[in-house]
Amino acid sequence: MNIVTADPKGVDAGPHFMDGDHAIAEGALAAGCRFFAGYPITPSTETAERFAERAPEVGALFIQMEDEIASIAALIGGAWGGQKVMTVTSGPGFSLMMENIGLAVMTETPMVIANVQRGGPSTGLPTLTAQQDMLQVRFGSHGDYNIIALSPDSPQECFDLTIEAFNLSEFYRVPVFIMTDETVGHMHEKVVIPPADQIKVVERNLYKGPKEDFRPYGFDSQGGHPMTRAGDGYRFHITGLTHNERGYPVMTPEQNQIVLTHLIEKINGNADKIIRLEEDQVEGAEVVVLSYGITSRIAVRAVQEARKKGLKVGSLRLITVWPFCEQRIRDLSQKVKAIVVPEINYGQMVREVERSAAGRCQVVSVNHCGGAVHDPLVILKAIEEACR
Amino acid sequence: MNDNTEIKNPLAGVLRTERMPHIWCPGCGIGSVVTCFAEATKRSNIDPDKLAVVSGIGCSGRMAGYVNFDSIHSTHGRAIPVATGLKLANPKLKVVVFSGDGDLTGIGGNHFIHAARRNMDLVVICVNNFTYGMTGGQVTPTTPSSANASTTPYGNYEYPFSLPFLADAAGATYVARWTSLHSRNITQSIEEALQRRGFSFIEVITPCTTLYLRRNRLGDGVDTLQYYQNNAVIKHGIDTRETAIGFQGQIVVGKFVDRPKPDYLESATRCNVKFIGDDYQLYGKTEPEKQAEEEAKKAASGGESAV
Ligand SMILES: Cc1ncc(C[n+]2csc(CCOP(=O)(O)OP(=O)(O)O)c2C)c(N)n1
Ligand code: SF4
Ligand SMILES: [Mg+2]
Repeated sequence: MNIVTADPKGVDAGPHFMDGDHAIAEGALAAGCRFFAGYPITPSTETAERFAERAPEVGALFIQMEDEIASIAALIGGAWGGQKVMTVTSGPGFSLMMENIGLAVMTETPMVIANVQRGGPSTGLPTLTAQQDMLQVRFGSHGDYNIIALSPDSPQECFDLTIEAFNLSEFYRVPVFIMTDETVGHMHEKVVIPPADQIKVVERNLYKGPKEDFRPYGFDSQGGHPMTRAGDGYRFHITGLTHNERGYPVMTPEQNQIVLTHLIEKINGNADKIIRLEEDQVEGAEVVVLSYGITSRIAVRAVQEARKKGLKVGSLRLITVWPFCEQRIRDLSQKVKAIVVPEINYGQMVREVERSAAGRCQVVSVNHCGGAVHDPLVILKAIEEACR
Repeated sequence: MNDNTEIKNPLAGVLRTERMPHIWCPGCGIGSVVTCFAEATKRSNIDPDKLAVVSGIGCSGRMAGYVNFDSIHSTHGRAIPVATGLKLANPKLKVVVFSGDGDLTGIGGNHFIHAARRNMDLVVICVNNFTYGMTGGQVTPTTPSSANASTTPYGNYEYPFSLPFLADAAGATYVARWTSLHSRNITQSIEEALQRRGFSFIEVITPCTTLYLRRNRLGDGVDTLQYYQNNAVIKHGIDTRETAIGFQGQIVVGKFVDRPKPDYLESATRCNVKFIGDDYQLYGKTEPEKQAEEEAKKAASGGESAV
């Protein structure tokens, strides 16, 4: 992995007071993102606006495309043109991006996509919070594949995780998603941007060897395979068709087996390196509350109240939502009585928890159909019932 | 026979000969357009390493896989936004979009008009065979009224686009149309387009022998070339409103539009220089630029110490 310090041009170091949307734009610039193609949609627009405002002084380019399909398509071109690229959207725009997320996965194109989630389905609750696209991000495009998704719970983490998203995306050559929500996106808090020399950035691994040996892909179920950019003389070819390592179409069941295994296993096989969790008093707990994004901050309150009542409650926050921390849940399910899963949806990540726990402990979904965060008392009640 | 007299494809180097044979049917017009394109790239003296090709999906869309340039075979309709990203991320590139009528003006129609409106520096070559070839001959936005297609089995009762008019109205700064019979003109138009900046659109009317011709009982590829011969009329500079094509009717061809206008990146740079100042530079300096600068500095300081 080629790790360098951030280009100071993109780093607006110092303490700031900003919302999550703005922090995502700053994180992108700090990570070296210099090309942003987007389309306005509440509650994500502020990220695009901040990037557009900052772009000229950083030497970056912002373009407002004609729709979200064009935005993500432009990212694929932009990445193979040699830039680090990103876009931001919310539910309806996310749905429009699905086909070309598949193209990005298939062509192993690094990019970062932030989804500032709002209530759905359809136009739903355009200005109100939700966590309803957590399965769409993993399964929404057609075919089998794998991606990485992170979920920040504060504007500070929006900044930090956007940098991490770029780093993962460059190494694994896969779209990486920031799955935040309207509340975090619009919440103003202190965000400290460190000086450039304290920000670690993964540089694109550009191939430099002899032309005849260049291969845009290496199907070894690992990250780190070098890529190239148009104009460097390697004359790459990439396609959404099933292809060989040279990038040429080979449409056979055998080749699809090779490509798909690589696409899925380069993430699954490295899950322990990718996954980040935040745990608090999980050891010895009777019940664990598993949450992510804004819901974690609500859950904290419920957990504190439960502890005051003498209950042995731990909390586990998913910073990485995909790949899912299967192994950790498998281990936990043998030790705890129940895992309580509050989310602002009708029960999405809880399916993964159930699958991983496989009946070894109780799994309790505390769902909320969006538009607001949970009442901590509802989560508290679920904890109390689970402890009984 | 002398060992050195190897028979070589004259376009070797431009085409990925290792990928031949191609998938196109005998008599299909796509191959002729690819040959013209290859010839034009040779004649234009453009650095082949700085030329990139993007296609969408369809028979025509397979072109990206056969040319020996940086190439992207993208998704149906999305070649133009992919090409837009490529061009904007690496402004030194010349980016060519090569795709079909359905791809560029049906599913991709929105991108087509917006790239034209922005005067994005792209060369867009549309192989217009009046049909969705790859999926079996369905109606497209350019199928002439009354023509038969698999999804208009009793004749097409929609009104087709005239693509030169559409491109012109949307803001394209170079618009030409030829039939696949006009190989010299196609080559020349592509060459011109490669050497200018801005949104250049070249439509080539081509036969789809297997589907469109057969379904409409129009004979084979040779019959179509005969039809082009008898019905194509060259009218350079004509008002693009006069370029509609009726079923087996007259085909107006020629160079219709060629007007100078700042392209997207020129406009963006002008605007940013106004607000940021003269040291505005998109993407800053490249590594070789930095190196060259440092070497120049070293040479300069070395010169001083010698004095
Ligand atoms: C989103 C999507 N919808 C539909 C298709 C199926 N499809 C593949 S090629 C094609 C039509 C291509 O027609 P055209 O662009 O005119 O190219 P031609 O084959 O005639 O050269 C269609 C509809 C697809 N690949 N993707
Ligand atoms: S189906 Fe039509 S367009 Fe496609 S290769 Fe055959 S002749 Fe050409
Ligand atoms: Mg067609």
